[in-house]
Amino acid sequence: MESLYLLIPLSILLAFVIGFIFWWTLRSGQMDDLEGPSWRILHDDDKSTQKTDSNEAEKQKNPD
Amino acid sequence: MENQATYNYKVVRQFAIMTVVWGIVGMLVGVIIAAQMFWPELNFGPYFHFGRLRPLHTNAVIFAFGGCGLFATSYYVVQRTCNVRLISDKLAAFHFWGWQLVILLAAITLPLGYTQGKEYAELAWPIDILITVVWVCYAIVFFGTIAKRKVKHIYVANWFYGAFIIAVALLHIVNSLVLPVWGTMDSYPIYSGAVDAMVQWWYGHNAVGFFLTAGFLGMMYYFVPKQAGRPIYSYRLSVVHFWALSFTYMWAGPHHLHYTALPDWTQSLGMVFSLILLAPSWGGMINGIMTLSGAWHKLRTDPILKFLVTALSFYGMSTFEGPMMAIKSVNALSHYTDWTVGHVHSGALGWVAMITIGSIYYLIPRLFGRDQMFSVKLIEVHFWMATLGTVLYIASMWIAGVTQGLMWSALNSDGTLAYSFIEAVKASYPYYFIRFLGGVMFLSGMLLMFYNVMRTISEGKAVDAPIPAVAAHA
Repeated sequence: MESLYLLIPLSILLAFVIGFIFWWTLRSGQMDDLEGPSWRILHDDDKSTQKTDSNEAEKQKNPD
Repeated sequence: MENQATYNYKVVRQFAIMTVVWGIVGMLVGVIIAAQMFWPELNFGPYFHFGRLRPLHTNAVIFAFGGCGLFATSYYVVQRTCNVRLISDKLAAFHFWGWQLVILLAAITLPLGYTQGKEYAELAWPIDILITVVWVCYAIVFFGTIAKRKVKHIYVANWFYGAFIIAVALLHIVNSLVLPVWGTMDSYPIYSGAVDAMVQWWYGHNAVGFFLTAGFLGMMYYFVPKQAGRPIYSYRLSVVHFWALSFTYMWAGPHHLHYTALPDWTQSLGMVFSLILLAPSWGGMINGIMTLSGAWHKLRTDPILKFLVTALSFYGMSTFEGPMMAIKSVNALSHYTDWTVGHVHSGALGWVAMITIGSIYYLIPRLFGRDQMFSVKLIEVHFWMATLGTVLYIASMWIAGVTQGLMWSALNSDGTLAYSFIEAVKASYPYYFIRFLGGVMFLSGMLLMFYNVMRTISEGKAVDAPIPAVAAHA
């Protein structure tokens, strides 16, 4: 039972902290565009730049 | 390496490889203890007894395999989505080596019998302090990188990773508060009785919620869209998913203590919040799966996508099963039975492991300058072994668990128990073999993955990708 004296205040405090962070996201414009960010990660090309075997083979054939 | 114009892929590579290694170790211990359940004579001496190997299994798969997977992907995602290198290579390196030390110490102390006796928080107090130090470094690197981001918007995956980092810090500290006995590994807990139990399961359930769910949802929100080549179905829903989960998860813990000395109303409160959790969980699951709309055909040929989407299906299944099991009348049947073990593994193998495996397959070629993994065919084989292994595991544990629950509660007309305990053990026996088979299959898939990863690495070369210029649009 006594655990509730710790856990309930802690949980409520936490809910307020989360609430504050949520408020911050609204204020700071994190929620202004809820469409663009999903496309943005797709535009970030993270494929490795070093290419395939055929490229390497070609490089070995014509070392310059 | 110190060039600011590249991303820090080194720490991502280290964690990604150790994810596979610790996955194999942790699952091997799992297979061993599953074998001990079927062949009890495999319990050798005190050090390799089920009671000591079981926490080693859970710690290894959750904190070593799952942890390394989360660290690797979070460092990758935070850099790629913020368009900036990690703020400190040295702190990141300390994070990596510190965490490996924690794992090593766990692997030594648990078989030796040093334990605090708290599920998923067994490690002795000196290790707990080391974990805290390493974790603070992780938080500094992660949030510091977000703070100096070049993109104004913080991508939703980072929110999930961030919540995971903060919540786990809080849980770890509150649940690990003990009075140490100096000069020994022993300690006295500061809580006792029902209080201790409540704190433990507040920790235990939120470890599931924030370590095994929020963190891996971060993974899901980056790697599913990337691998599918489609934006997340609804970005708006993903933000709602995040906040709903953050507000409700913390309260569900008491469902682990139904029908115990915990006050009745606390149990009922835990049950209600567990049921509420179904909504955000399914919102997220549907969001992930619907990302494939218009790209369903890719599932036919892309085994990495199969891993990711199957993980989401298991996520949906176990987040439906969980709230059902939290209902007190269902729990009366399921509590203390192998159904619970099956439920955990539908989440652990089906969701956590599969989403991690898919993400690591995505990462490895990019970290080692390759176009794709050494063998896509082997990924396909791995996928089917993992799926079949998971299904065998959970189906056998469902049957065993429900059988146990029914036999334990069956009464004769005069009110005496219809079965003795050992009769329920005997009835479960064949299913322990099927569970063992499922485990072996899942582990074998991991060995294939290890081979595939090693071949990819040996053909490739460690590369740190250059940081591209920030796109003009917001």
